[in-house]
Amino acid sequence: MAEYLQGRENQIVTKGIDSHELVGGKPSVAGSVSQRACVFCGSRVVLYPIADALHLVHGPIGCASYTWDIRGALSSGPELHRSSFSTDLREKNIVFGGQDKLYQALHELIDKHHPKAAFVYSTCIVGVIGDDVQSVCRRVQKEKNIPVIAVMAEGFQGSKKDGYKIACDALFSLVGTDESLEVSPLSINILGDFNLAGELWMLEEYYKKMGIQILAPITGDGRVKKIQNAHRAALNVVQCSGSMIHLAKQMKEKYGIPFIKVSYFGIEDMSDALYEVAKFFKDDSVMDRARDLVKNQLTTLIPALEPYKRALQGKKAAIYVGGAFKAISLVKALRLIGMKTVIAGTQTGNTEDYRLLKTICDDGCIMVDDSNPVELSEFVKQTGADLFIGGVKERPIAYKLGIGFCDHNHERKLALAGYDGMLNFAKEVYETVTSPVWQFVSQNKE
Amino acid sequence: MLLRHTTAKEIDRKALTINPAKTCQPIGAMYAALGLHGCLPHSHGSQGCCSYHRSALTRHFKEPVMASTSSFSEGSSVFGGSSNLVSAIETIFSVYEPDVIAVHTTCLSETIGDDLTQIISKANEDGKVPAGKKVIYCNTPSYVGTHVTGYANQVSAFVKFFSTATPKKRNVVNLVAGWMEPSDMREIKRIANEMEARTIMFPDMSGVLDTPLTGHYDMYPKGGTTQADMIATGDSKFSIGIGPYTTEDACIKLENKCKVKFETVEIPIGLKATDRFIMSLSRHANLPVPDSLTEERGRLIDLIADNNKNFYDKRVALYGDPDTLIPLVEFLLTLDMKPVYIVTGTPGKHFDDAMTAMLKEKVPEAKFKSGERADMFQLHQWIKQEGVDMLIGNSYGKYIARDENIPFVRLGFPVMDRPGNNFFPCVGYTGATNLLIKILDAFLDHKDRTCPEEKVELVM
Repeated sequence: MAEYLQGRENQIVTKGIDSHELVGGKPSVAGSVSQRACVFCGSRVVLYPIADALHLVHGPIGCASYTWDIRGALSSGPELHRSSFSTDLREKNIVFGGQDKLYQALHELIDKHHPKAAFVYSTCIVGVIGDDVQSVCRRVQKEKNIPVIAVMAEGFQGSKKDGYKIACDALFSLVGTDESLEVSPLSINILGDFNLAGELWMLEEYYKKMGIQILAPITGDGRVKKIQNAHRAALNVVQCSGSMIHLAKQMKEKYGIPFIKVSYFGIEDMSDALYEVAKFFKDDSVMDRARDLVKNQLTTLIPALEPYKRALQGKKAAIYVGGAFKAISLVKALRLIGMKTVIAGTQTGNTEDYRLLKTICDDGCIMVDDSNPVELSEFVKQTGADLFIGGVKERPIAYKLGIGFCDHNHERKLALAGYDGMLNFAKEVYETVTSPVWQFVSQNKE
Repeated sequence: MLLRHTTAKEIDRKALTINPAKTCQPIGAMYAALGLHGCLPHSHGSQGCCSYHRSALTRHFKEPVMASTSSFSEGSSVFGGSSNLVSAIETIFSVYEPDVIAVHTTCLSETIGDDLTQIISKANEDGKVPAGKKVIYCNTPSYVGTHVTGYANQVSAFVKFFSTATPKKRNVVNLVAGWMEPSDMREIKRIANEMEARTIMFPDMSGVLDTPLTGHYDMYPKGGTTQADMIATGDSKFSIGIGPYTTEDACIKLENKCKVKFETVEIPIGLKATDRFIMSLSRHANLPVPDSLTEERGRLIDLIADNNKNFYDKRVALYGDPDTLIPLVEFLLTLDMKPVYIVTGTPGKHFDDAMTAMLKEKVPEAKFKSGERADMFQLHQWIKQEGVDMLIGNSYGKYIARDENIPFVRLGFPVMDRPGNNFFPCVGYTGATNLLIKILDAFLDHKDRTCPEEKVELVM
């Protein structure tokens, strides 16, 4: 590439060629067409799947509009989380403060919906205009007798990742405030699955077959009461560790609950997730059931994957996703269907994550932190990738370049986790990479 | 039921907005800025704003949407975003190489009081803006107006920074495009071409947000109003503002700056609004209406006549932006339908007056509301009180349409769950035909699916 954004040299590494380390966690360069979002966005996407809580966005209308039902996090019961609630701050509120409006809005909402808890998200200007959101929340909590939690997520305080941490703090304030649920000795909390396309329900099936109780899913198909009881589980199983590790650490410190890090994407990682849990409980029958389950699944899955693998053998993939752990799983899952990863990038990975990612990637793979469309399209051209895996903003770029695309973010429509998910993934990749449409563009390609 | 919480009884709300029928200013400015060729919109605020706007526009247009951000940090909120903007300008020109950077503000940069005029003129003085390049800006505080206001402010900024009057007037009519689809802009240009009128359209998103797939990625696609044309708007003899909410301010500024007279018309959705637009263009370009357009009009009327029994007395609920809703309500009345509930989150007297004038006699029972708390929840409560036969608006109507089992026509911004907005215009006689067929299809498909078996009919 002709010119990197100044100061981004350390955020791009080609494995096997560059000797320097890929540095993550740096703020974006001002002026970049960054694919990253903000602190508010991070908090909102993590907490949003809690379906019986209120999610009130305190600020001008935009922040509520853009996060209205965007994530496809499914609920088996209430659908309250899918509506958009805002204090819609106007100019007069900016001048005189928005506290009263917030107080009133909370009352109007709680009276109407009788939620189990309320999350109040403060957006960029709330701090600047001096609203004391925390005191309003405390007051309403007392008056309405439900937890009212201030999520201090002003957008400018950092990136999405900082928002995850704030969301974890909000969740942690709920944990340990109820003891009414029945808890099996073989119980776990699932941290960091958001039940996109019903993925959590698949995991529930697997763990149930092993005799394990999922006490609190956090936050996919989440419920306030379950989160309040989460401190009574024997183990925290953490996926998407970028978003949830902070909560797991807090729970370990305060309640002594150990945690393990897992991923549910791809056969290896999914199976490890089951085995690790079985190992933890040191119960042979649990391990036997896990082995049976994996064996059963693989007996049908492996032959089913075979035709896709044959068709995709040697094809090249570009990955640009939110976090590094997803990227690692994807590299492995792609390898399983014969594909080689030639670009591996993330929005929010840190230096340590990237060290691990590097060990898994092949030589020649371009690794990139906080990239932008110009870089990404240049890398695609350089590497001749056949597939792009990313989110909403990357999709049309991939298509313009005349290559396949798979959404591994909010807009996935098929479950990609677990064994069924692996097959879905293979099908989706196959469908897009081998689509007849690309033959009509290839003559134009350089 | 997705919206099981909505009840027919209206709850008393003073502070709370539920399911808004609007969003904030900056996204409108970003959209409009993409209508200038070689322009990169720049969001002066936190990076989330830029990311959300790009995602929302991408979901709607299914096209890459480029914009840069000042990436505010904790420090910027305390010390101001001046240094972020200056370094952003340097970065953008050295890496992304646009011809123009169109800066818009956000609630944060407005509240902390960044002075764009001062920051950008300093950047110019300090040589941060390469020769031949330009940085323009507009103020788009999110807590004033809505996305519609932001669009209007960006269009006005184009006039402010480019339009120039030379002593020589040209026989050209400016077509100041309000918030429409690229396909609508294309259609309006086609109509002008049919009339052989010399026009300059600005902004113009056709060829920017509906580009062909070529195997190349162009950060700055071929389309968009060129800078030369934008400068020349000052020499045109007249401007037609298409959509008063989004273009009137720009027209006034152009008149004040370059003495270009103007009139505003509604976006030409439907028969009458198209008539008025074409008559306006005919008058001000001093050209007759060609037979080809008269024939298009005749075909539309033929289609309406063929189907009028399917339209008569149908109750319709609508929501969206005033520039779209006003001509749409008029078109529904032309079809003998009954627009009974109309909401827009965008405040403004023009909407209220237009609704009163159109509906007072023909649909006295109609309810409409604009501005604060004119939201989808309000609309849904009205529908619960007395049902409708059809819902027209953006994708956010799908919950209501499903819960209430009513035919649903997608129109407006954003439409995230269906393609096609880039292809089928809804303006002009052709657009009215498209829209009419969409409405009919929605009705008849619904009827075919839900009527008793013995009533399923093969012939219309």
